[in-house]
Formats: sequence, structure tokens, C-alpha cells
Amino acid sequence: MNPADIASWISDAQKAFAAAADLDQLKVARLTHAGDKAPISLASRSLGSLSVQEKASAGKLIGDAKAEIANALASATQKLEAERDKKVLLEEVVDITLPVQRRHRGGLHPISIIKNEISDFFIEQGYAVEEGPELESGWLNFDALNIPADHPARTMQDTFFIEPVESGVVLRTHTSPVQIRTMLTQEPPIYVICPGRTFRADELDATHSPVFHQVEGLVVDKAITMAHLKGTLDNFARHMFGPDVTTRLRPSFFPFTEPSAEVDIFFNNRWIEWGGCGMVNPQVLATCGIDTDIYTGFAFGMGLERTLMVRHGITDMHDIVEGDLRFTRQFGVGL
Amino acid sequence: MRAPLSWIKEFVEIPAAITVEQISDALIRVGFEVEEIIKQGSDLTGPLVFAKVLSIEELTEFKKPVRYVGLDCGEEATRYVICGATNFVVGDLIVAALPGAVLPGDFSIGARQTYGKTSNGMICSGRELGLGEDHLGIMTFPEDSVKIGGDAIAGLMVNDVIFDIAVNPDRGYALSIRGIAREVAGSLGLTFTDPVDALRNLTFAETGKGVAAKIADKSTASVFYLRTLSNFDPSATTPLWMRRRIEKMGMRSISLVVDITNYVMLELGQPLHAFDKSKIKGGLTIKRIGKVQPFTTLDGQVRQLDPDDLMVCDDEQPLALAGTMGGASSEISETTTDIALEAVRFDPICVAKNSRRHRLSSEASRRLERSVDPSLAQYASARFVQLLTENSSAQHVATVVDGEPRFAPIVTLDPAYISRILGFEISPAKIAEILRTIGCDVDEKTFDVDPPSWRSDLLTAADLTEEVARMIGYDKIPSVLPPRPLHASLTPTQKRRRAVAAMLASRGLAEVQTFPFTNQETIDSMGFLGERASTYRIANPMSEEFPLMRVHLVPGLIEVAQRNISRGARDFAIFEMGSIFRSSQKLVPFISPDLSKKPSQKIIDEIFASVPPQAYHVAGLLVGKIEKEDWQGKAPSYTWQDAIAYAQEILQLCNLEWTVKRSDFAPWHPGRCAELIVDGKAVAHAGELHPRIVAKYGLPERSVAFAVGLSALPDSALVRPKTVGTMPAALQDVALIIDAKVTAAEVESALRAGAGELLESITLFDRYDKLGDGKISLAFSLAFRAPDRTLTGAEVTEMREAAVAAAVKATGAILRTA
Repeated sequence: MNPADIASWISDAQKAFAAAADLDQLKVARLTHAGDKAPISLASRSLGSLSVQEKASAGKLIGDAKAEIANALASATQKLEAERDKKVLLEEVVDITLPVQRRHRGGLHPISIIKNEISDFFIEQGYAVEEGPELESGWLNFDALNIPADHPARTMQDTFFIEPVESGVVLRTHTSPVQIRTMLTQEPPIYVICPGRTFRADELDATHSPVFHQVEGLVVDKAITMAHLKGTLDNFARHMFGPDVTTRLRPSFFPFTEPSAEVDIFFNNRWIEWGGCGMVNPQVLATCGIDTDIYTGFAFGMGLERTLMVRHGITDMHDIVEGDLRFTRQFGVGL
Repeated sequence: MRAPLSWIKEFVEIPAAITVEQISDALIRVGFEVEEIIKQGSDLTGPLVFAKVLSIEELTEFKKPVRYVGLDCGEEATRYVICGATNFVVGDLIVAALPGAVLPGDFSIGARQTYGKTSNGMICSGRELGLGEDHLGIMTFPEDSVKIGGDAIAGLMVNDVIFDIAVNPDRGYALSIRGIAREVAGSLGLTFTDPVDALRNLTFAETGKGVAAKIADKSTASVFYLRTLSNFDPSATTPLWMRRRIEKMGMRSISLVVDITNYVMLELGQPLHAFDKSKIKGGLTIKRIGKVQPFTTLDGQVRQLDPDDLMVCDDEQPLALAGTMGGASSEISETTTDIALEAVRFDPICVAKNSRRHRLSSEASRRLERSVDPSLAQYASARFVQLLTENSSAQHVATVVDGEPRFAPIVTLDPAYISRILGFEISPAKIAEILRTIGCDVDEKTFDVDPPSWRSDLLTAADLTEEVARMIGYDKIPSVLPPRPLHASLTPTQKRRRAVAAMLASRGLAEVQTFPFTNQETIDSMGFLGERASTYRIANPMSEEFPLMRVHLVPGLIEVAQRNISRGARDFAIFEMGSIFRSSQKLVPFISPDLSKKPSQKIIDEIFASVPPQAYHVAGLLVGKIEKEDWQGKAPSYTWQDAIAYAQEILQLCNLEWTVKRSDFAPWHPGRCAELIVDGKAVAHAGELHPRIVAKYGLPERSVAFAVGLSALPDSALVRPKTVGTMPAALQDVALIIDAKVTAAEVESALRAGAGELLESITLFDRYDKLGDGKISLAFSLAFRAPDRTLTGAEVTEMREAAVAAAVKATGAILRTA
């Protein structure tokens, strides 16, 4: 067993493997140089006829050689497989710009989105979200809010009445009855917002709808002042309309607040009426059994449709109420 | 409420340096929203002259009336113009725009050829001059009231600024120039001259017997002034300055007497009513009519009176609907010579009821129902006598008074309260100063505040706080966040609703919100019956088409689907969440406890219980294909399975377990509707819509829908998860032949029961219905797993056989062998 022969088998094998252009040629080369009939394999099988001393030295020689040939084969295989893969995967290229979305696009109604957004903003500040029924007791919707039966304030809100009208049940004209329900059932401190659907007998047009949504806020606690109302509204306005928005309070009239104010925002270079607010009228607190010597409170309310229209530049209420999918889908799920 | 600047200036000296915009801002600052600033005359240039009509030639050869009119414009020659209006005669005084004039709308006047003549100018209507929309005809003027050839821009006091102001219902006093001028002065720190000051000591000589005046019930009116005048020459005309002021206020000049009543109302805020004295039998009494009878108001309408209506009556019959509108029988006419002038401080609620019952909102009722200064009955009626006697031959006969003005009580104020509410310090001296500015008397020692006669709205410390705040300026209030409560979160119900909506939206359903109104036809065509068909009726619906509250969400979804289909949509899925209104409870009469204190718990509970329960649902409607069809191929249509799957996924999202059964339930297909039952209660329905409904509403065939009563779902329990086993699962398949009438749920339930506790899951992997003989085959794959060991073959076989045996026993199934 000549070491020179062994060296030449190794080098022959290395050359043959390196020369193989593809895996098929490599297979032929492998059979020739590493297969059963390859010189190295024959030599390996002939080891048995050698003496113990010879076997040891020759065995090592052949073992090393086999390892070296196997290495050469492995690296050639790796190289050729990589080349083959590259070629095959290239052939499998597709046009990944093809339109693939087949599923319908869903989405939340923009009113739901803005309601969620407002709720989250106030929850984060420790306010609970209270809700109430849409068919509501007239006492909760009007009387308890200091809106007496024949006061002009009651005609400010064109009310839908439910038959029989003697029941006094109405479609709530605002979410304020939820404030009354809250004050009748909870002790101060009260920090709540009341979002929900409301009704007024207005014809549907570009800016009005007989069915619309409001969100109201109510805080009743010790030493609550109009400055707190202003701070809360400033914060809320910035959240809804961006950090540059400014607010303005303007004296106004609501039976359930005194002093009362309209809150305007300066947005897109003009003053826009956003909602109403004020300090809860002590009369209303008294009706709800809240001690006016200890507690004061503020309340505010705005329309969700209006907020949405102002913020998103929507000019026609019909788009919000008609349920045309082309409109709603633009809002996605409101992320 | 309109307010011309020229009139405001009569009571406030406004320095020339103060601009119109500053005045507007000053009004806004104290709570008077200026809705519009009308700059009258800004787009009008002359020459505009008064002229006399000398001749009229009717040009009859045209389709419409055309006149060739000769005018005396104070020039040497007669000027001829073409005119299309016909409401003037020879001798009338009119306004003519001469060539070179520019009228509002950039309308230039020049000499022009028209209708075969040369027109050297134009005869103008009030509208063409921008003096208001009401003036449709040519403006004409009484003889000698204007100078022929005189400048009409000056003569008509055209150049003026008119503020259109929104007045809140608590500020009735500001429905007058007096009130607005006071606010302008207060806001700008200027001196205000109260027009009433000049009337306080005005008295008139008594020359005869006046008409008697009486208030039957002093709770309906506090004070009644009745001034009798005689010797009025009915041909007297309204002076031009008064007519123009009335027109600037958006009203029309009618006759001198009526114009003065309106003028005084606009100036001071007190509505007046003038009767033709000759039509009054005996004296006048303010009383409730007490019976039903017809009454003709001066707008010519016959109204059926309500016994509770407050009327001004003579000894025989009602003459006026108090504070709202006079009657036709006693109105001032072209022959009236003797006048009875009524000025009353009516109770606001009585007038509001009059007005509401007869759906009659007049300039008078609008003021009286917002409270009028009780002292004005005297002063405003005096002002009427002053103006009428100055401008006509009329003479005061006598003044009869009943009752006396009642003023708002004194308010004792703790000045610290104001700072406590507003959130910043205001000194007592400043508070006193401001309250005096708005007309209060303030005792600075006791802080007893006596509100002025015109402010019946100032009853409490809170009312005074608003006055102080608005006069200081709301912009002075600091902006501070309130103390922050500890914690809040959405309630489990709110979280659940949000999760359901988000799930559906992310699955491709678009949320819609529909009006919750419906009608009987829709309820009937859906097939709703019994309690599901009964609902509440709106007494005054937007439209008679939708007078009922909805009983289900699906009809609204169908309407939205129809709208989308009509706009070109074909395949889509929509959902809505909201309340439905089934009249499960009869409404009880209105409960109206005293407002001065909290009602008892019993009353509160009764009020809450008087509001009917309103279930909260989610429903979806799926029409057309599940997906868009495109280059990738066709798409399947939505099927009943999809609708049921959505309903089940909603229950799954809420961590609930349910059973399914087939249900014949409107508006679904009786054979293709699943009812989902949780805790023994049907909470959801889903499947194919009834083919009759699909056809009636033009939906794609086999449209499907689901509805889940979210408010009927129990709360989800805290999740107590089972340990996840890591031992291998053993799968066993069984195929069963059953009668087609047996449901898959029944078979599955029997298999589960028989398989025992180690059954991990069960999947129906094949259903074959071509066996014939009314038989079908269901093939299930059962997965078994033990938590602590690998199951032996023998164990698994035993469990499978037990499962099959249970199914055989419960459903008559036959094991299908390969």
C-alpha cells in the first residue's frame, strides 16, 4: 500500500469532484472515486489480509484518505446544491405585485370609532363610561334637569314623544338623563362620561339628523370649579383636534348648568362651535340629593357627528347615516 | 333678534374708534352670539332719488306687464323708465335709481333700449336696494313724506350695520334694542342711557272715561295698563324714520297704530296690543276662557279655544289670545278712530301654553314667554301714547290700571361662593361693581342683591355667578385639570360589545348605524308575531312612514343592503349593534316627584321601572360572494353555515357554551335557521333569510343573516383552564349511518357522552347523503388523550366502542363498516 498511490487517489478525487459541473456529474465522480469500486474502497477492503502491525499503519493512512475524500465530496455537493437551488428558485419566481386580497374589507362605523377614542381618553383619566336607555323617562330627560314643562328651553329641543304621551316617555333628546341616573345611584366623587344615541325632530339635511350621538361628561366632587371645566375641555380638545387647537368659552344658557357656556374651538383658522358646558346647576344637584354645601360639579356635552365632521372635513351628514360601505370602509377599525 | 347699529347708538355713545367687529366681539363675549353682521348699503351707490310718478303707459304687446313710466325726479325734464311692477299709480312717490347707480349684486344702472323705448333709470323695490327680502313690490311713500329729487340713500337711512343676534331663552330682556344696547355698553365699558328714564314721569291728562281693565286671576298677569285714545285720523301715516327702523328689524310697516305698537315692542321689549275701541262691549278682562269655542285670530285663522286658554275678553266675547295674537273682530282698521291700547305683564307660562296649544309663535309670545320687565307695562304704554299723539291727531282719554308689577326677590349672596365656583379670586368690591353694571342694587355690607326689574332670571347665587363671570370675561377663567380619580375601566359588558364589533370588523363586515324606526308593513313582511311584533309608537314621528320603534336589527340591515346594491355593490357583509324596542311592558302614567329634594328610593325605583327594557343586539347580513372574484378564480357565495358560524363565534368570543337546534323563526328560512341556546335561553338565531323576504327586498338569492341578543348573554365566568396534556393523542374514526332526520348535533352529543372524559375533541370530517332510503352517513374523527400516560390500543378501542354504542342507543345509528 503505497502512500504515493493513496495521495494520488485523494488528489484524483478532489480534482474530479471540483470538475463536476452539476450534481449528476458529481454522482459519477463519486462512484468513481468514493464508490465501492474506487481504489480507496478496494484498498480499505484489502486491509484484512495484512498483518496486525501493517494493519495499524495502513488503516490510519486509508482512514485519513477516506475522510479527506469525503470532505471534498461534501464541499462539492454543497456548492453544486446551492447552485442548483439558486437556479430552480429563480425559475419559480412569481409576480408578487398581483392583487391578492379577496376578502371583503370590514370596518367600524366612524361614530363607533370616535366614541371608542373618546371613551379611552377619559377612562385613562379615571372616568367611567355610563350608558342609559334611548327610550327615557321625561322626568329624567327634562324635569330633573331643571327644564320645566312650559319653559321655552323645552321647545329648544324638538322632542319625539312615545304614545301614550301621558306616560311622559320620550326618545331622549340628550344623554343628560344618564347624568341624572348616575347622580341618583352613586355617591360623589363622580367622574363619568356618557356617550350615546340621541334624538331630536330635525329633518335630515347636510348638517342635521333626527338621530345623532352625543358624549357628555360629568364631574361632581369637592371643590370642583369652572377652571377645572376649562382645563378638562382644553385637554379633551387637544386630544381630539391636535396640540395646536385653542378653545374659547362663551356665555350661554342651559337650564341644567349655571354658569353656562358654549365651547368653541379654533380649528383650521376659524372658530367652530363644538359643544355646551357649565357648572352643574345647584338645583339639579339638590334634586339628585347631592349636598351643594360640600360638592360642586361641571358638565359638558358635544355631538359626535359634529366632532367627526369638523375633524375629518366631512361636509354631508348623509354619508354618516346612510351606511354606504364605500364611506365606512375608509375608516377601517380606527387604529 | 336684529339690532341696527344706528338704533343702538341712540342709547349708547359709541366712540368712532370702535369698529363694528369690536362691537360684535363685545356681544359674543357677554353671551350674545352674533350670527350675522349685515352691512346695509355697502354695495349700493347712487344716484338714487325720490321721484313722483307723473304718467304710466301700459305697453300691452308683451307677454308680461310692462310699463313706460314718466317720473318727476326734481329735474327740468320728465324722465322715462321701463318698469315691470304694477303696485303703484300716478301720483305715487317712489325711489328711482338713475344711470350711474350701482345696486346690490353689482347691478349697474344705465340708460338702455328695451321694449322699444329708452329707459333712463329704474324704479326700485326694497329687495333691489338690499333693504330686505320681504319687499317684493316697488317701495312707495305717502305724500309729503319725502322730497322729490332728494337723495334716497340718506332719506331711507340705507347705510347702517344690522347685527343679527341669537338670544338665549333666559334673556328675554335682550329681545329689545334697550336690552341689546345695555349689553353693548356693559361689555365695552360705555355709558348707557336707559330710554325708560325719559318715560318714568310721563303722565297724560285725563279727558274722559277710559275702557275698564281687569285681571280676573292675578296669577295669570300681574299688571294691566289700558290706555284709551280718541280722535285718531285713520289716514295718518307712519313717519319714514319709524318705518325704516321697523323694516331694518325684519318686520313690515302696516299702519301707524300697528307700527307704533311694534316699534315700542322692538325698542323696549314690551308687546302691546291695540284694539278698535268701537268694537269693545264694556270693559276688558283677562281671564281663562273656561270653555271650548271658536275664535278668529287676526291672521284670519279660526282656532278652537281650549278652556285653559288665557284670553283678553270684553263683556261679551274673547277679543285676543292673551300675549299671543289679537282677534280679527277688534283689530285696528282703516276706519278706526278710537283706540284701546293694552300693555300687560302676562305670566310667561300662560303665554307659553297659549302659544304651544295653538302652534302660534308670535313676536309678542316669544317675548312674553321669556319674561318681560314688569315695570314696562306702564312705560311702554306711555311711550305708545307719546308716539301716537306726536304723530297723529289722537288724544289721550284715560288710563286704567289693574294689578301691580311683581319683581324678583332679593338674593342674599356670599361673595366667596363666586370665587369658589369660578376657580379664581374676585374681590367683593369687584363683584358689587359688576352687579351694579347689569342693573342690580347691591348692599355691600349684607350683600343683599336686588336684581333689576328686567332680570327675572336672577334668582340664585349661581345666576349671579354667571353674570359676574360673563362681565369679567370667560377668558379670564384659568385652565386647570381636576384631581384625578384613582381608576376606571370599561365594564365587562362594554368590553364585550367592543370585542364583538372589532371581531366582526376585522372579519370583513362593515358596521352600519341605522335609524331605529320602522313601520307595521315592515314588521308584517318580516313575519314577526306576538311580542316580537309589538312595539312603541312615536306620537310625532318625523314621517308617517316610520312611526314605530324597531323590533329587530335585520330590517334596517336589509334597507342598507338595498341602498348599497342600488349604488352598485354586489357582494358584502354588514353588521349593526344597537337597541331594539319590544313593548313588553305597558307604559305607566308620568311620575313627577318634587324637584327640591331627592325623591325617595321607592319613587326612584318606580321611575327607573317606568322606562321599558330595551334589549341590545348585534346582527349581520351577508349577501353575495364570500370573497371578491378575481384573476385567482371564482368565489363561493355566503351560505347558512357562514351566518351560523358568525353567531357561534360571537358566543365563543364571550366564552360561553351553547347548544344548537333548528328553529322556525322569522325572518329566517324555516328549514335553515339555527337557534343557539345558552343556559336554556335562546340567545341567537342565524341562517338563510326567508326566500319571501329575499325576493320582496330584491336581495341576492339565499342571503343570510345572524342576530345575537347581546344583553341576554350571561356574564362570562373567570376562565379556569385545563392543564395541557403532553402525552400523545390517539385518533379513532367512526362512520355512522343514521336517519336523515337525526341531527348532527344529536349524534355528536351522544358520541361525546359515550366516549368518556378522555375524549379531547371530535370532528365531523365527512357527511354523505347519497345513501338513499332516507339515510345519511356521518364520519367523525375522535381524538383521545390521557393526561398522565400513553393510551393503549385496547383502551382506545374500548372508548370508541362505548362512544358508538351511545350513538346507536340515542340516535339509532348503525356503525358503517369499511
